[in-house]
Amino acid sequence: MRGKAVIAGIGHTAFGKQPGRDTVALNVEACRRALEDARVPKDAVDAVFVKTPTSQRELMYGQKLAEALGVQPRMGCALDQGGAANITGIMLAVMAIEAGQCEVALCCYADNPRSGSRQVYARPRGDDAAYGWFSTAAGYAMIHQAYAQRYKPPPEAFGAVAVACRANGAANPHAQLRKPITMDDYLAAPWVVEPLRRDDCCLVSDGAAAVVVMSAKRARELGVPAPVPILGFGQGQSSWEITLRPDLTTTEAKRAAATAFAMAGVGPKDVKVAQIYDCFTVTVLMTLEDYGFCPPGGAADFVRDGRIAIGGDLPVNTSGGLLSETGMPGLQLVLEGVRQIRGTAVSQVKGADVALVTNQGGTMHTHATLILGG
Amino acid sequence: MDYPLPQVTPLTEPFWGALRRGRIAFQACACGHRWLPAREACPRCLGTDHRWEDGSGRAQVVSWVVYHTAHHDAFKDRVPYNVAIVELAEGPRLITNVRAPHDTLRVGMPVVLAVEEEAGFALARFAPAAA
Ligand SMILES: [Zn+2]
Repeated sequence: MRGKAVIAGIGHTAFGKQPGRDTVALNVEACRRALEDARVPKDAVDAVFVKTPTSQRELMYGQKLAEALGVQPRMGCALDQGGAANITGIMLAVMAIEAGQCEVALCCYADNPRSGSRQVYARPRGDDAAYGWFSTAAGYAMIHQAYAQRYKPPPEAFGAVAVACRANGAANPHAQLRKPITMDDYLAAPWVVEPLRRDDCCLVSDGAAAVVVMSAKRARELGVPAPVPILGFGQGQSSWEITLRPDLTTTEAKRAAATAFAMAGVGPKDVKVAQIYDCFTVTVLMTLEDYGFCPPGGAADFVRDGRIAIGGDLPVNTSGGLLSETGMPGLQLVLEGVRQIRGTAVSQVKGADVALVTNQGGTMHTHATLILGG
Repeated sequence: MDYPLPQVTPLTEPFWGALRRGRIAFQACACGHRWLPAREACPRCLGTDHRWEDGSGRAQVVSWVVYHTAHHDAFKDRVPYNVAIVELAEGPRLITNVRAPHDTLRVGMPVVLAVEEEAGFALARFAPAAA
């Protein structure tokens, strides 16, 4: 299936605050822009895969969105996997297209926790709230601590990720946070939940993004101007809540990467640019190790001296990622991967013929990989 | 101010009841698997031939975090406070607080059960084991 399907178009809303707009309206705007980018009429769409918003739980969300889009899909669903659901939607679309179940799919996501409710991020974690166990960030702090205790990276290793993403976000006119930071800024910022510092943590954002997926053949027939081939994908799921997870210092990225690299017929050395899910900086370090860019515990060395910055060995999160472009988890990374292969990114990596995109959901529960190529 | 107490159910009552007796309990299956939190079926063999067993109370620290802001009024006067994952000597793991200065916490640090009451409810906290 390598290269048989393409991302035909990409679209997104403004990122940041979108007061008074619901997630369906945001999704519709992103889908309209993605169809315009693909130069495909809406009537061609026969599948909709949407990640559920985190700000508010709604029953039958996929149906509600399809109604607002004025589409009666042959295939599609709402996906509840946290950030991984974005790439999962794209994978399911590709497989459904290959199986003859649909031809043109919209894969999209919208959220509005910034102007709506961000309660989910501060939520009590069941009965363990009796011990003060609250919030999404604290789960990642547990992982950050376990990683730091095992491999003893300097705090600057985490800081290098934040500094690189914030520099890329500052260069991106669409980014929500366009304020670069220095390593000293990173180290001086207050704890959120120790060992997480302020700039280890992603933004909270309103916004939406969408992509149009179809076969390469259909894209030729429809005259899509800049289709980007999907070379590979993969997924892995750890069912364990972090309390029970046998090893907190590795992730499901290992299994997802193995599947995706095998499908794409490429390896870490072929990747020219990577959009690595950066909900928290530790996620980037562990993901780099699990994909084989460096050995376990080797990420601190790998990210040193600007190696993941623009111009480095492996530029990462070239539009700013969750730490700087938008905290809206996951699909913005796919959009930037598409721009890099097209050669239209603001911070363009020269010769980017293989782009890696990683998504992650829950507290490192689900990992999904997408490999795009020229 | 309302302390966020656990919602006791018929499934979890034996766990909280053991703490009222000063013991930590977990579920143990005929297949040999032992676990927390409480489940109707064994997550290894999916069988229901299991019972509650008291543990030794000995455990070790797996990881921990320190909250500097509170997400609930009940914890406003307690920051900074730690939340830790501990692994019981018998295998099951749970979320808890370790009654020790934060800068003394270490992965693998031996701890023992130290039941404490909040609003009359017995919770499973832990303290450093005597050397
Ligand atoms: Zn069993």
